[in-house]
Amino acid sequence: MSKQLAIARPGLFGFFPVWQRNFLVWRKLALPSILGNLADPLIYMLGLGYGLGAMLPSIDGQPYVAFLAAGTVCASTMNAATFEALYSSFSRMHVQKTWDAILNTPLGLADVVAGELIWAATKSLFSGLAILLVITAMGLTQGSLLLWALPAIVLTGLAFAALGLIWNALAPSYDFFMYYFTLFITPMTLISGVFFPTDQLPPWLASIGAWLPLAQGVALVRPLLAGEVPAQALLHVVVLLLTAGIAYALALRLTRRRLLK
Amino acid sequence: MAALDVSGLHKTYGDTAVVAGLSFTVEPGTCFGLLGPNGAGKTTTLRLCLGLTAPDGGEITLGGHSIPADAQSARARVGVVPQFDNLDPDFTCAENLLVFGRYFGLKDADIRPRIPQLLEFASLGSKANAKLSTLSGGMKRRLTLARALVANPDIVFLDEPTTGLDPQARHLIWERLKQLKSVGKTLILTTHFMDEAERLCDRLIVIDHGRKIAEGSPRELIATHIEPQVIEVFDESCGQLADFTENHRHLAERVEQSGETAFFYCRDPQPLLSALAAADGLRYVHRAANLEDVFIKLTGRELRD
Repeated sequence: MSKQLAIARPGLFGFFPVWQRNFLVWRKLALPSILGNLADPLIYMLGLGYGLGAMLPSIDGQPYVAFLAAGTVCASTMNAATFEALYSSFSRMHVQKTWDAILNTPLGLADVVAGELIWAATKSLFSGLAILLVITAMGLTQGSLLLWALPAIVLTGLAFAALGLIWNALAPSYDFFMYYFTLFITPMTLISGVFFPTDQLPPWLASIGAWLPLAQGVALVRPLLAGEVPAQALLHVVVLLLTAGIAYALALRLTRRRLLK
Repeated sequence: MAALDVSGLHKTYGDTAVVAGLSFTVEPGTCFGLLGPNGAGKTTTLRLCLGLTAPDGGEITLGGHSIPADAQSARARVGVVPQFDNLDPDFTCAENLLVFGRYFGLKDADIRPRIPQLLEFASLGSKANAKLSTLSGGMKRRLTLARALVANPDIVFLDEPTTGLDPQARHLIWERLKQLKSVGKTLILTTHFMDEAERLCDRLIVIDHGRKIAEGSPRELIATHIEPQVIEVFDESCGQLADFTENHRHLAERVEQSGETAFFYCRDPQPLLSALAAADGLRYVHRAANLEDVFIKLTGRELRD
């Protein structure tokens, strides 16, 4: 046991072993996890899309179910990233003390929080991708730009993972996360164009909604699934990146105050 | 060069000085004990030494690295056994070691061959693929020790390593810690089991209210602070203890009363033993003074919560 081992400085990729840890846990439960993430949004989409959609006119030349399918991809991405950054990260940070164990190694808190951020975005990609595969198989997407939806899903996931980690850093218990959903996630879902076009809303509400990260994701993903290049794509990409970057910096600062005081 | 050098360390939370001017040095290859009652500042001191919280004053050098500035480099050569288990419940024993080794930047190819040796060292040789939930408390503790050794550290921090374990499990941990010392590792141990400190530590300090109140080897501390013989006298519910104590106080250098027990600390126990032989209704134990007597003398008998 006395052989000298090659211990590498963590550097830029210090997040990777943290990500790898979470991936290894997920791999053990992958199938139930994917099915669980897939079932709920699909039931809503099919029920509302075909049931309600039968009574609705087409929206921008799309049947309602296709309109809703694109929204569902984004909402599922948001939910997967949010659940992971709230409930699962909180378990690892506060209940299992996994983060404390990691902080006793050469890794620092920035590595841990970045690992959690990228892992939550990865899970949201799995979730968004699963929905995308199903709706493509059902013929609800078209065109050659489909694969460009993947980076848009990742960006949306990163933004919501980072926002969730802020709330995680502040949470005294699991109950606290309910507020995040009722005060932020649910109202945002209703004003971001997931279920209906935002021009149905009062203009002031629509313009608030348009700046929220879910609307940014929808504005990228919906045209891509319809085979069109999104208008103002660069703007949406930049807003999502800024949201993710600023929220991550804030989450790191708040987590440092919580754990390393 | 010292394995750990701490000087003038201060840490305050709110109005409470948890660590108030602590200095000590740990020589490489020795076992150093950090003793103190609950709330004395032991765990905070360890966290400060590992760079997990910034001191309000003082200097720390760990393995030649300045803390907290260079803590991540220092921690690459350090293993930690924390007070509360934080093993990964979703993994097997072997996976716990593999995943932890990756945090040190080790390659899987370097970690995997070490896993059987590490499990063997922890007497968990047959448990490589066992789920964590099937392990006893003692096994988890040993796995935590094996995990701390995954990157072959020079220095191992142990925060109350045997709290909550049965005697068999404690003895096994002590055996392993002695083995680690014999291969040259530096051990830094907090405990409030005085027999543990007496067995393992080459040097130790006793801290209370964040201050050092004694320092030395266990033998030195016993020799300096306490009379060599102790007779504990218990009342068998016939109410004679108070009278007996009053009448025989002069036979001991020092007497302490705690509930239904009187502790007589003396150099020559014979006169008191003769007196006890004649006293009906009192039971007694005669023993050599130990570190626990020193500890209680220094930190008092009242409860610390």
